[in-house]
Amino acid sequence: MSLQAILLVAAALIGLGLYGALSQKSFVMLLMGLELMLNGVLLIVVGCWSRSTDGDPKGQLLAIIVMAVMAVDMAIGFALVTAVYRKRQVDVIEGLTTMKH
Amino acid sequence: MVSGTDLAFWTLAAIAIVSGWRVFRTDSMVRSAFLLLLSFIAVGLIMLLLRAPYLGVATIFMMGVEMMVMALFMVMFMMNPAGLNPMNMVHQERFAIVAGVLAFAGLAAAVWLTDLPHHPLVAGRPVIRELGMELLGRSMLIFETAGVTLLATMIGTVVLSSRSGRFGPADAGSLPPTMTPGGMPAGRIPKKRSGGHGGHGGHAPSAASPTAGEPAHGHANDHPHQPPEHHA
Repeated sequence: MSLQAILLVAAALIGLGLYGALSQKSFVMLLMGLELMLNGVLLIVVGCWSRSTDGDPKGQLLAIIVMAVMAVDMAIGFALVTAVYRKRQVDVIEGLTTMKH
Repeated sequence: MVSGTDLAFWTLAAIAIVSGWRVFRTDSMVRSAFLLLLSFIAVGLIMLLLRAPYLGVATIFMMGVEMMVMALFMVMFMMNPAGLNPMNMVHQERFAIVAGVLAFAGLAAAVWLTDLPHHPLVAGRPVIRELGMELLGRSMLIFETAGVTLLATMIGTVVLSSRSGRFGPADAGSLPPTMTPGGMPAGRIPKKRSGGHGGHGGHAPSAASPTAGEPAHGHANDHPHQPPEHHA
């Protein structure tokens, strides 16, 4: 389990997440793509912490910040989905052609 | 010389990647939320292998709750949450595949070409205790900043998703879909839309709004503070 192997797995997760975020029509599936990318980022942070920092606790702190970012993007994403659904009754990206309300 | 740890790592990595791929390939959105949860659990278990027990368990717990919320949202908002019909809701798929493959190839090339430092975690180091001392010690300001960010997120979430707002009810003018076949689709109420087009001064209703009202009626419906809508 070398650091290279861990980073390769994380790169695959990030690539898959980017594919999902770009290709999905539904807002919630787009958020899933973002989450999958952050999953890969989390794996990168923990892998680097475990394999190349002598176990400096600041690496774990960075992972906790990444987890906070995950929570923030999900919460704001779902709030935006709710707001858009209230206003336009749409749940796909094609339903949004303007940013005006 | 494949050790048990290596075997476990590659198994979990395969589970994480395959379930991450199946997320976008299953008919049911609720099922895809659970597949994403499976991917997160596999990554959390890899973190346990990397001797980050706190982070691994926290990831599994947090994502368990988060994916439950996601599944709830699926049932609330999305069409076809149970996957009873085959579904493939994608757009610009070729571009997305190219972007995803390029991202993976670029990151993989960076991994192979970089001379990564090798300073592995010293065995027996009390990592959870050190994390606690770091969080509530020298890095407390960073940790508290994350807390304040989460508070701001909570406020922003309530502001964005509440029904009442500064300009009146958030769902004013929106039209839920009818439950009968052949009924009106969801969207905006057409009368309001024709009023917006009347604000242009032109009498010709656009082709997209066949139910445009009389111009005078349309002007009476105009709100002076609302800009006219340019798009149907």
